[in-house]
Amino acid sequence: MMNRRQFITAGLGATAGVAAIAATGCSGGGDTGSTAGSGGASAAGEVYYLNFKPEQDAQWQELAELYTEETGVPVTVKTAASGQYETTLKSEMAKSEAPTLFQVNGPVGLASWTDYCLDLDDADVMKTLTDDSYALKGEDGKTKGVAYVIESYGLIYNKSLLDQAGYSEADITNFDSLKKVVEDITARKDELGFSAFTSAGMDSSSDWRFKTHLANLPIYYEYKEKGIDNTDAIEGLYLDNYRQIWDLYINNATCEPGVLSTKTADDATAEFVTGQAVFYQNGTWEYANISEVGDDNLGLLPIYIGVEGEEDQGICTGSENYWCVNKNASEDNIQATLDFINWCVTSDTGTKAMCGADGAMPSGEAGMGFVIPFEGNQPSENVLNQIADEVNSEKTPVSWNFSTMPSEEWKNGVGSALTTYAADQTDGNWDGVVTAFVDGWATEAAAAAE
Amino acid sequence: MEKAIKKYWPVFLVPTLVSFLIGFIVPFILGVWLSFCDFTTVTDAQFTGIENYLRAFQDTIFQHAFWYTALFAIVSLLVINVIAFALALALTQKMRGTNLFRTVFFMPNLIGGIVLGYIWQLIFNGILAQYSQAINLNEWYGFAGLVILVSWQQIGYMMIVYIAGLQSIPTDVLEAAEVDGAGPWERLKSVIIPMMMPSITICTFLSITNGFKLFDQNLSLTAGEPSKLSELLALNIYNTFYGRTGWEGVGQAKAVIFCLVVVAIGLIQLRVTRSKEVQQ
Repeated sequence: MMNRRQFITAGLGATAGVAAIAATGCSGGGDTGSTAGSGGASAAGEVYYLNFKPEQDAQWQELAELYTEETGVPVTVKTAASGQYETTLKSEMAKSEAPTLFQVNGPVGLASWTDYCLDLDDADVMKTLTDDSYALKGEDGKTKGVAYVIESYGLIYNKSLLDQAGYSEADITNFDSLKKVVEDITARKDELGFSAFTSAGMDSSSDWRFKTHLANLPIYYEYKEKGIDNTDAIEGLYLDNYRQIWDLYINNATCEPGVLSTKTADDATAEFVTGQAVFYQNGTWEYANISEVGDDNLGLLPIYIGVEGEEDQGICTGSENYWCVNKNASEDNIQATLDFINWCVTSDTGTKAMCGADGAMPSGEAGMGFVIPFEGNQPSENVLNQIADEVNSEKTPVSWNFSTMPSEEWKNGVGSALTTYAADQTDGNWDGVVTAFVDGWATEAAAAAE
Repeated sequence: MEKAIKKYWPVFLVPTLVSFLIGFIVPFILGVWLSFCDFTTVTDAQFTGIENYLRAFQDTIFQHAFWYTALFAIVSLLVINVIAFALALALTQKMRGTNLFRTVFFMPNLIGGIVLGYIWQLIFNGILAQYSQAINLNEWYGFAGLVILVSWQQIGYMMIVYIAGLQSIPTDVLEAAEVDGAGPWERLKSVIIPMMMPSITICTFLSITNGFKLFDQNLSLTAGEPSKLSELLALNIYNTFYGRTGWEGVGQAKAVIFCLVVVAIGLIQLRVTRSKEVQQ
């Protein structure tokens, strides 16, 4: 039997245990996080950055520590798990220690967070922005967010495999010539030992390449034709083109179209790296994973969908990563945050970390390899960025309009319909894609406007 | 001892009460309140009345999820309990290796739902790939997959509960029945099942509420594909709350409706099976 003292101790212990659980419950939440210890006592504000890109977590953590060493301002960087940014942001923003720096993906993302965004028009960081189109404006015309990375995507291809098939980049100038090359490779698949396309996986790790990035092209051409940059009702003028390119992807890939729903992004990357396929639709961010193929061996083509005059179409280049500063943070924290982002894009250490490749971090680790839309930008060592620049200097780049897609719900609807169509390529199933694309857009735009 | 308890009851009660308050009561009240609000983060809400509930009821996917979940709960309830009961009967017979079998059947219960979902997804897709199909292409593949997965996971657990119930049946009653000339089927129907009603109450309650609340397995096995048609209620609520800007309140309203439905079904089920319980 316990005596009274033991009773009390046990009770207190239990209470402390509960308190400890409650405390960890508040600060944990499944993120990878670390606080760079506060270096100097002089620092008034603090920075808490909720980072979107898990692949750059290590670099941000190191950069945060460097900044703290240099200025004494504590910087916390937390990274949301892949695909969990909105979820994490929602719960983090509800806390008393909310992120002071977060990001939105464009106009639609801004719509849900606009009440939390500080006007950045007078911020130092805006002074070195090279192009005003990288400032994200709210409905009141004020700058609410600023892009911190420019990315490009297109058809990445393996030069030596294309060569083995008897073709070169010069043979592919529009959809028809692409189709000819691709179908010829498929016809000689067994003899060549590789396929034309990597698997167009519709697993959630990979489906954004098609329901978002590929879907950008029909949207881009429709906007272009109508001279608009946003809409509540898409007509789907170029959906036949969308079908053409999707047919080409799924019927000339490394796998049967029926099993696409199970293929992941890793599958496609592995197929590309091991030389099982020539073409791989993806972007500059994928460079680190496919660099094994060799810089000389990597090429990047525009995605042709069969629109008239597309010989002049360039690479899809834009941004869906906009920094926003939380206006509900304390004044000190806001100032500290503005100083931090300004330092990131102007200081030597900051720009080197953001733009550099191998060994760019002071610790010797690779940098983030970004192209940043600021004057401090440094020439990219990522060969895909270099090619994109080259192509776009001669041709018209395709802008990123998928940030105007009405909601995640819309993307998921299109994705599901694409998967269903891939498994059974009937006109009826394509109508499902058209419905999800056109009607879904109207419904979701209306729902978002409510 | 008595005196100590009288004097120190808060020491026993307060920690549990505090954690219950923090972990359950407060979120519950906050949740109900938020279901009447429009909000982006939970600390910043504006009262809008019953609009969220109206939108929730108009959501056709929610209605589909509702019937799909109800059907799933009933099917999984039957499959799990019939098989678990049969296994329990078999494994209380006098034969070698019953302990080994009990352990083996119970083991799937020790694996987490997410992991199970992904493992079974690989198994199902491996088989369906032979026919150029995949589990997330058809809502009834998903349904069958979920029933198989949940059965595999929960049969062992229910079996253990039934075994405990079977072992507590006094042998003299069974012997008396046998002497009176009751065959195996008679004994099962008229002696064993009535005596087992408390265990049946527990197992049916657990499996029906589990069926309604199923989330991880649904998320990892099909993620609601195709086009949300294999989405169960819990996943639908989660996707509404986190997947759609401006729908947070609707998700919350759905959660409140969901809670009421599960409580109501649980109570009805308890009442029905309780009334059949007999005194030993």
